[in-house]
Amino acid sequence: MKSCLIVDDSKVIRMVAKKILQELSFETEEAADGQRALDLCKDHLPTAVLLDWNMPVMNGIEFLRALRALPGGNAPVVVFCTTENDIEHIQEAIEAGANEYIMKPFDSEILQAKFAQVGLITG
Amino acid sequence: MKPDDFDYVSKLLKERSGLVLTKDKAYLLESRLMPLARKRGLKGLDELMAVLRKRDAAVEKAIVEAMTTNESFFFRDNKPFDQFRSVVLPNLLKARANKRSFRIWCAACSSGQEPYSLAMILKEEAARLNGWRFEIVGTDISSEVLKKARAGAYSQFEVQRGMPMTLLVKYFKKKDENWVIDPAIQAMVQFKEWNLLGDLRPLGQFDVVFCRNVLIYFDQPTKGKVLHGISQVLSDDGVLYLGGAETVLGISEHFKPVPSQRGIYAVTRNSGLSLGAPPA
Repeated sequence: MKSCLIVDDSKVIRMVAKKILQELSFETEEAADGQRALDLCKDHLPTAVLLDWNMPVMNGIEFLRALRALPGGNAPVVVFCTTENDIEHIQEAIEAGANEYIMKPFDSEILQAKFAQVGLITG
Repeated sequence: MKPDDFDYVSKLLKERSGLVLTKDKAYLLESRLMPLARKRGLKGLDELMAVLRKRDAAVEKAIVEAMTTNESFFFRDNKPFDQFRSVVLPNLLKARANKRSFRIWCAACSSGQEPYSLAMILKEEAARLNGWRFEIVGTDISSEVLKKARAGAYSQFEVQRGMPMTLLVKYFKKKDENWVIDPAIQAMVQFKEWNLLGDLRPLGQFDVVFCRNVLIYFDQPTKGKVLHGISQVLSDDGVLYLGGAETVLGISEHFKPVPSQRGIYAVTRNSGLSLGAPPA
């Protein structure tokens, strides 16, 4: 079964994302900050990561760079999901190795479209 | 809405745009006509209908536009565009190697996402198109959506549906709340107001026609008429794209499905850019 790690400091966002992802047949795990997410990834790598940018302790871009430096860390498909919606942030995410980028607010349709685009689900 | 008002509007729509409005869509009709009435300072549907029945040309046009405007997204369904990039375009370049030019038509292109998606694909393939001339033409019955198409400005919601982030940062600039398409991409597409039920031949000849998710709104005879019209402007070896829920089978003898290329149709008695042929 495909797994998705949801990384967001908002419990509400994690709940919404979890519901959508479970409907898409993903097993989900949650982390409220980048450090917690990185610890989980060191234990086992998920198929996908849905990643917020601004979080306490360790933010999304720092987590992404650390993830990509792990052994096998290039494998997970990372989709940013953030309120940061300017070209500079998207560019920075691409350079750090993000696979796609969702600008909040998002809905099930956008998440599905992005996941289909990166081949996580068949569109 | 009164039944005879509904009948009046549905007849108008059928004649002008081919759109078939069944009774279960009465709610849709009302929800799209109310803003139109308000915009004209009319009290409600009854007043709007009174104006319409006087054969007010502006109101007739506005109603047709309001009812035929449909949603559109960049790279809608992904697959047809992957197919265009990996199969149709290489075959097209082979078939037109002497002429070094081709024309693409997006029929009923709404606010322009489809022709712009194709323009971005062609831009990405610029190295292979060096020395080639090509045109992308987008048409729609609604001058309102074409205004938006020409402006090339889209909301955050619109640019997220289907567009890869790499293309977004490459070909769009953020302006206030909108994302505006690069003038170089914009310049690759010509938009024209055109009714699919009219004579299509003045548009000239095309090598690839996209008419996706358009026929679904028409009844059988209208579908046949539109397909016949397209067959008149498609080059002999050209290809036609239809939407996932659409087909030519049992509707038009002008086209046949291209084997193993879902959604692509060729002129009957022709091989459609040799798409079905085994690789040489």
